[in-house]
Amino acid sequence: MSAAPATIDATTTDWKPTMPYKGRVGVLALILTESAFFSIFVVAYIFYIGKSLTGPYPKDVLSMPIINTICLLSSSITIVLAVRALQRGSIRSFGIWWFVTLALGLEFMTGTAAEWHRLIYHEGLSIGTNLFGTTYYSLVGLHALHVTVGLILILLVMILTMLGYMNRNHIERIDCFSWYWHFVDAVWVVVFITVYVIGR
Amino acid sequence: MAGSIEHELTLSADDLRSLPILGKVHEWVVTVDHKRLGVMYVAGGLFFFAIAGLQAMTIRLQLAMPNAGIVPPEVFNRLLTMHGTAMVFLVGMPILTGFFNYLVPLMIGARDLAFPRLNSFGFWLWFFGALLLYFSYIGGDGLYGAGSAPDVGWFAYAPLTERAFSRGNCTDYWILSIFLTSVGSTATAINLIATTFSMRCEGMTLTKMPVLVWLSLVVSFMMLVALPPLSAAQAMLLLDRFLGAHFFDTQAGGSAVLWQHFFWIFGHPEVYVLVLPAFGFASEIIPVFSRKVIFGYHVMVAASCAIGFISVSVWAHHMFSVGMTPAGNSFFALSTMLVGVPTGIKIFNWLGTIWGGKLRFRVPMLFSLAFLFQFLIAGLTGIMLSVVPFDWQLTDTYFVVAHFHYILVGAIIFMDFAAIYYWFPKITGRMLSETLGKWHFWLFLIGFHLTFDTLHFAGMKGMPRRIYTYQPGRGLDTLNLIASIGALVQGIAVLILIINVVKSLRSGEVAGDDPWDAWTLEWSTTSPPPEYNFATPPVVRSRRPLWDLKHPEDPDWRYE
Repeated sequence: MSAAPATIDATTTDWKPTMPYKGRVGVLALILTESAFFSIFVVAYIFYIGKSLTGPYPKDVLSMPIINTICLLSSSITIVLAVRALQRGSIRSFGIWWFVTLALGLEFMTGTAAEWHRLIYHEGLSIGTNLFGTTYYSLVGLHALHVTVGLILILLVMILTMLGYMNRNHIERIDCFSWYWHFVDAVWVVVFITVYVIGR
Repeated sequence: MAGSIEHELTLSADDLRSLPILGKVHEWVVTVDHKRLGVMYVAGGLFFFAIAGLQAMTIRLQLAMPNAGIVPPEVFNRLLTMHGTAMVFLVGMPILTGFFNYLVPLMIGARDLAFPRLNSFGFWLWFFGALLLYFSYIGGDGLYGAGSAPDVGWFAYAPLTERAFSRGNCTDYWILSIFLTSVGSTATAINLIATTFSMRCEGMTLTKMPVLVWLSLVVSFMMLVALPPLSAAQAMLLLDRFLGAHFFDTQAGGSAVLWQHFFWIFGHPEVYVLVLPAFGFASEIIPVFSRKVIFGYHVMVAASCAIGFISVSVWAHHMFSVGMTPAGNSFFALSTMLVGVPTGIKIFNWLGTIWGGKLRFRVPMLFSLAFLFQFLIAGLTGIMLSVVPFDWQLTDTYFVVAHFHYILVGAIIFMDFAAIYYWFPKITGRMLSETLGKWHFWLFLIGFHLTFDTLHFAGMKGMPRRIYTYQPGRGLDTLNLIASIGALVQGIAVLILIINVVKSLRSGEVAGDDPWDAWTLEWSTTSPPPEYNFATPPVVRSRRPLWDLKHPEDPDWRYE
């Protein structure tokens, strides 16, 4: 049969080519596996709430990062606005919203850095101090790592946009990335509730 | 499309290409072709199978008689840790990802996986992760000047793995190498899912996919959910060991039982990740050699999905002796028994496929029949162990060792061999020798039963697992000697397989496109298939496109 196609009367198939874009399936699968990864850290955090043998304890040193949270969550809105702008073909407005997303993400990281600095240098809480420190830095740090990866990719797209490489052909990929960014935001909601609401 | 990438990369290496052997190696190193990567996965898996098998034979040699002094206790601990870890991550996983890599695109009429470069990335992560594990024999000394290969057992229970108890870097090698191979497997899983959902050929609806492709989908989803718990727990352990965190540090309030939960949330689904591909191979091979369509296709698919769902809720049956609540014990006992239902359905469906068929007892079919029998027994001892009081009596004895080797060897390795005999003609264009294959089969079958049937009884007599020796006169001497002889017979059988592969590659009978008169799409192209798989993308109308092609007077799509 030597590489002959197994073509069988193609005219009568009831086939409709409705298969999804492979990148979208890929990013959804990535989100699934990342969710499993995060949930183990969240479970460890909840399991160890109140089990620290020594201080400092969460209620003494943690304060709600309200501004940080508002910034990160609104970056989800701005990235949607950026994607819609690209859909319309308006590269200029895409660039502006993309930059705002980048700035909001950077603010979040700055806020986290400031919080960690305060906890380490003023409250004396490090990863080895007690179980609270162990679980707090690993869970928040894991999320911050994901924000950092997202910011690197956002920066890359920002540079490419400023160099004039962005056009509507990239819409699928940009949209897939925005799903990753939404996922990172959703994880923050879970981390926020776990660490700052339940855990305090 | 893979070709163009390859050429771009090779342009800078013209001098390499002028040397024939280096050029060949270079071609394989830079490849993004799913078939070559599949072959590399399987070959790598078989390589580590030989090494970890030799380690198992050393273990059996030490245990062949009481008070034997073949290896000292600390070497014995390293042997069993490396054997277990390697057999799961360096043998079971790459062989299944290798076959899925090779077969899934061919079976759904695609030209490659969805992300070929991600595929290559995953392979090299796995490859270097695997090397890292065995490099620990040299590098395990590390900064502390103590230790060698990992010796904490394949499930590495805390707090034994904390820095206070595990000096040197041996546990770090265990963590990092397994972490790397897990990331590689995750990449493959994402790739297989995207390929299956987005790249099927015309007419290939989800319910027309071969059962093996369905199982690849279920296994991929299970990998996405089951591997992260291990990776996450390993990351925590690494934080404990290097940054002084206290996740599993019992002195600072950390929990050793939490590690057990995290490990087995990975560990039990992992067993199904390893065995479901064996089901996939059986579901392709048994129909072809029974000359019948698979019995109950839809039920078969549904049972596979059910196994996938149930298997993530049974993990704590590994932990009955740790002191859980009665409610917890009951829940995990019941869920474990429940997983026997869809598994039983599958066994009945394979029997239904064989029933009334025109059986051809070629080597792949022989391995499949042995698989059916052995998998049934392994399932039954599994149900026995799910009964909590029974488990309390026999946990951590050789009964458990015998039980899970019945799954890992009696089901998985047997079906891996069946798959090698079945698809070798497609991959290489040459048949494996049937005579040597039958020697391989019968010797391996006899050796397997000599070893693992007797170990059940050693366990019931109270022989604990992981001991490096035992006292004479406790009724264990003869059983252990028989088990060790069986290990030797299995080793000889594997040697015959190696001889068979080498011989057949040189002078095996030329296979042709479709030596087994099979029905799935991979047999419609040449052996070995061209880089682009199909000259024109195929169009299918039933689950057996090649049957339709060969029998236009009675095509399957009239009945499906």
